[in-house]
Amino acid sequence: MSATIIEEIVREQAEAEPLLRITDLSIDYRDRRRSWTPAVERVNVEVRQGEVVTLVGESGSGKTTLIQGALGLLPPSARIRSGSIAYSGVDVTGWPDQRLARVRGNYVGFIPQDPNTSLNPVKRIGQQVVEAVRFNEPEPTDRDRHRTAALESLRTAGLKDAERVFSQYPHELSGGMKQRALIAIALAGKPKIIVADEPTSALDVTVQRVILDHLENLRQQLGLGILLVTHDLGVALDRSDRILVMQSGQIVEEGPVRQLLAAPGNDYTRRLLDAAPARHAERLQPSHEAQHGGRAETGSAAAAEPVLRAASLTKAYITRKGRTSTPFLALADADLTVRTGTTHAIVGESGAGKSTLAGILAGFIPTDGGSVLLGDHEVTGARHAQLRELRRDLQFVFQNPYTSLDPRYTVGRIIAEPLRAFKATRTREELAGRVSELLQAVSLNDSYLNRLPAQLSGGQRQRVAIARALALNPKVLVLDEAVSALDVSVQAQILQLLVDLQAKLGLSYVFVTHDLGVVRLIADDVTVMKDGRVVESGPAARVLNAPQHDYTRTLLEAIPGTHVKGAAA
Amino acid sequence: MLGYVLSKLGRALFVVWAAFTITFILLFVFPANPVDLLFDPAELNTIPQEVRDQVAAQYGFNQPVFVQYLERLSQAAIGNFGNSVGSGRRVSDSLLEVLPNTLILAAGSLVLAVLIGFAIALLATGTRRPWLRHLVESLPSASVSIPVFMFAILLLQIFSFTLGWFPAFGDQGWQSLVLPVITLAVPVSGPIAQLLVRSFAEEFQAGYVTTSYAKGATRGGIIIGDVFRNASLPALTIAGITFGNLIAGAVITETVFARSGVGRLTQSAINTLDVPLVQGIIVFVAASFALINLLVDLIYPLLDPRLRATLTAQPVRTA
Repeated sequence: MSATIIEEIVREQAEAEPLLRITDLSIDYRDRRRSWTPAVERVNVEVRQGEVVTLVGESGSGKTTLIQGALGLLPPSARIRSGSIAYSGVDVTGWPDQRLARVRGNYVGFIPQDPNTSLNPVKRIGQQVVEAVRFNEPEPTDRDRHRTAALESLRTAGLKDAERVFSQYPHELSGGMKQRALIAIALAGKPKIIVADEPTSALDVTVQRVILDHLENLRQQLGLGILLVTHDLGVALDRSDRILVMQSGQIVEEGPVRQLLAAPGNDYTRRLLDAAPARHAERLQPSHEAQHGGRAETGSAAAAEPVLRAASLTKAYITRKGRTSTPFLALADADLTVRTGTTHAIVGESGAGKSTLAGILAGFIPTDGGSVLLGDHEVTGARHAQLRELRRDLQFVFQNPYTSLDPRYTVGRIIAEPLRAFKATRTREELAGRVSELLQAVSLNDSYLNRLPAQLSGGQRQRVAIARALALNPKVLVLDEAVSALDVSVQAQILQLLVDLQAKLGLSYVFVTHDLGVVRLIADDVTVMKDGRVVESGPAARVLNAPQHDYTRTLLEAIPGTHVKGAAA
Repeated sequence: MLGYVLSKLGRALFVVWAAFTITFILLFVFPANPVDLLFDPAELNTIPQEVRDQVAAQYGFNQPVFVQYLERLSQAAIGNFGNSVGSGRRVSDSLLEVLPNTLILAAGSLVLAVLIGFAIALLATGTRRPWLRHLVESLPSASVSIPVFMFAILLLQIFSFTLGWFPAFGDQGWQSLVLPVITLAVPVSGPIAQLLVRSFAEEFQAGYVTTSYAKGATRGGIIIGDVFRNASLPALTIAGITFGNLIAGAVITETVFARSGVGRLTQSAINTLDVPLVQGIIVFVAASFALINLLVDLIYPLLDPRLRATLTAQPVRTA
């Protein structure tokens, strides 16, 4: 017995042993009928000191389960069927919670996905970092030492004003600062390896860039090993030494970035690479059939008449602090023109005012000033009945297909709803015919008619939402982050669908997004917004290739996947 | 912050005023002749007219209704609800005499109910055994479904008559308080426990729990250190509402255990149609209810920093 312990210590000290080694790991989930469904299947992962390994996969590929397994945080409904997890050669598989708790924080630090929900809202940041220090110190020390260590950790995480943050509550910090606080918590136990699960998915691109840069610095300064989990191939290509591609619970491809880029050995990897928006330089072309069946001419788009015109829109919200009330300008003097049959993208980070603008265009939010013209009709200040008539021509597609469809309505009923509301069809047969026509338009078929939203995938739901928006033959669709909640490969399909529909039906799109990579794929014109103001506006090719404004340049540089690591060497 | 306190205070005062006004309309305006209510129905016909007039003058019934209302309201504002018809004593004196009994009973029951609620929630969240969790989670609905009087009789049967541990009735000594407190606490503990079980389970799924695990905290430490405070917030609201119900609900318990208290006083006041006393009790119950909820509203921002923040910076719509 003692021989094996000594062996273990010897192995632990040997440099050759990776910080984390997952061998042949298989994890099952128990489903409702009490049978086991595999979620992770014979996976091998190795992370060495000073190395960044990225695990890429779409939702449902099992990457989060794998991470939970590695940290010993699997839910009660999951079990490790086979395989082992070893930290520096010490096999921790099957360790009880109490014992694993000493590994977590101390040896392996974890950075969670969503900084907005991952901090305890009723505790000060300082206290939360101090806990991480206290749980992981080898011998109990006094409170002053805890405080000093916590402050140091906050500073290492890049929070210069550590004293102030120490006594603040999570809701008083921005998303980026919260993520830094979480990095501080992960670093407080002086771990050797950091596991980061989608650490920047909830953040703006410019913030994402800063946080990822910081993680990279930490790796160099502290010699950490980093296991980065992401759905964003761009991030993976930019940041890693090695990439593991995961699909349906298995690692389907593994290798250094350049090898993966040069010769992807797997179909799925190739599809992911193709789907990544950042890797496309040009606007998507309508697919073959769409072009032939089309009635709109794409060639004349450049000279097209404006269909939607917004002039000097202003919206202010008033925040009261004590006795002084300060107006917060959500939108300041914004202009926008959408040409018939084209796509106008509105880009900006959170708080830029893009959703407010989209809401005003669609007549959902009243303005404080300015006007919106749809054709010759005024949208702003329209009476309820007039606005209702305008809705025939102006439809909205929402960001999240998981909440924008009534969970109790069948697909057929969801699509028929606007037709019924506007009495657009006279007979039942006509209604049924129109609904199945719309389903076909979004590349679904009649077999979906009686399904409920819960039985559809995210991409299928968004197709249904688009079909509903198209039901009344609108002229303009306002798409508010319509592809942001979808996986890249699904996102690519939906974007292609939108381009095809535009070619076929001559639609005009207002496309609101935070993702400049997507803009490249779909936009004819681009408006860049910041703090409620239009920073830059113009044809997509000019704005994206020869940006006039510094902020546009910053945004463009922050797109992940544009400067592949090692490409310069 | 001051605005918040004032608005909550204003709401509490409104509740009490509304209770007074509604009872005034129901008890003094609607009856054809409020004087009739002041006498025993059996002797009503034998009472001479002069006596009636005299009584009417004494109670102010000969004045216009609005003047009566203002008169009574201004008196009530300084705590004077007139004299009880039955005993002739001042309503406020009768109330104050039995008030401590009921307050102790209600407060004791609330504390016990909250303790039961937390015990059930902690057990259901903390246990790793699914069967135990299911068992514990079924307790709240069981506790609500038992009628109060039956539960009281059951307790009396076992602990007073068979075991003889506690007295069956009376209000002397702490022993006499035990069974009534349990009787009153068990049914109200149900909703509190149910709410807590749900909010503990919800908070236990929250992102910060994963963060704490990753810090190296253990399951027990997380439930006590992180989940507890977040999950307890909604219980505060329901505890406030429950306290009002407890004072009103003391009627049955005080009757079964023959304790003096606001509940018993209410029962006899209604039986004898003692109008001023009934009004005094209703306004008093409303006032205590409003007061407790005012306290809850004022404690909330102290426990939740997010609420505190919205109070100092309040976004309002532009006009």
